[in-house]
Amino acid sequence: MDAPDVNPHGAAAKYTDTPGKYYVIYACVLVLAGLQFFIATLHLDTSAMFARMLLVAIVEAGLAVMFFMHLWAEKRGWFIFVVVFTVFVMLAMQYGWTDSKRMENGAPYTQPKAGVIQQ
Amino acid sequence: MSAEMTMEAHAHHPPGMIEGLPPFVVPAKKMAMWLFIIADAATFAGCLVAYGFLRNGTPNWPRPFESMTNAALMTFILLTSSLTMLMGVRAAKASDRSGAFRWTMITMVLGIVFAALHIREWLELIHRGMTLSSNPWGSPHFGAAFFSITGLHLLHVSGGVIALLIVGLGYNAGHRNAEDMEVTGLYWHFVDLVWMFVVPFVYLLNMAR
Repeated sequence: MDAPDVNPHGAAAKYTDTPGKYYVIYACVLVLAGLQFFIATLHLDTSAMFARMLLVAIVEAGLAVMFFMHLWAEKRGWFIFVVVFTVFVMLAMQYGWTDSKRMENGAPYTQPKAGVIQQ
Repeated sequence: MSAEMTMEAHAHHPPGMIEGLPPFVVPAKKMAMWLFIIADAATFAGCLVAYGFLRNGTPNWPRPFESMTNAALMTFILLTSSLTMLMGVRAAKASDRSGAFRWTMITMVLGIVFAALHIREWLELIHRGMTLSSNPWGSPHFGAAFFSITGLHLLHVSGGVIALLIVGLGYNAGHRNAEDMEVTGLYWHFVDLVWMFVVPFVYLLNMAR
């Protein structure tokens, strides 16, 4: 792959790539989408399948953002702002998972126990 | 700041470092679209996290999808529409009006086909007894979660189809410029990107043991 064309002071993304480059990225994204469907046929347990699906989806989305949306070719400052801000927000949303585990395991205060009247 | 001062400042400072230039030297429309995309990504992420939260905390989560063919077909159509959108923006940047218009209309048609397939799937599920608050398979939360996420995405696709029609026709008539095409393209790619997460988490995880 060529050196990044991120330009700190020049013009923003110009969309002057050859169609061949777009076809290659499209093919990669299609293959990754196909990989997700293949993983689904393996009938793994939920957590193992989730981890694999998430990894493939992140790579797929990364290709789309960098090359379909041309973030790779934008100004360096803008590139960093978008990536850092978005990743931070996404990670900050993950704090609730531990509570969903608590619900699943039923302790404490989540599942009614025999003889206990729930308020 | 006067015009003379601005010009002088431009001459002595790199772009983006002085008053009078847009932040990050990104065109205003493009920056607005990127900020919208970031905010919208947070909205979809919130929906998907809530879906995962419910799914994780509910032992009898329904698995109503017997075949993944429809989801695969919808995915192929949406990914292909991203490629055609890319070709449309590229043509617009090269001032090829007829090419840009043609690719944009192809993208729009693919979006309509995607929406039609999605609505057909919805109608099948509704016919099998699924509503927002109940379903014959398990947790009643499933209907609300499924229809909320896919409905929000379908709303985005529908809005994108309308935007493609307006911008495509406007560009062909000379009322819109290549930047408008690029901004619309960004939105369309984002709709595609969201689907990359909806498919595995809402559809394909149904196949897990």
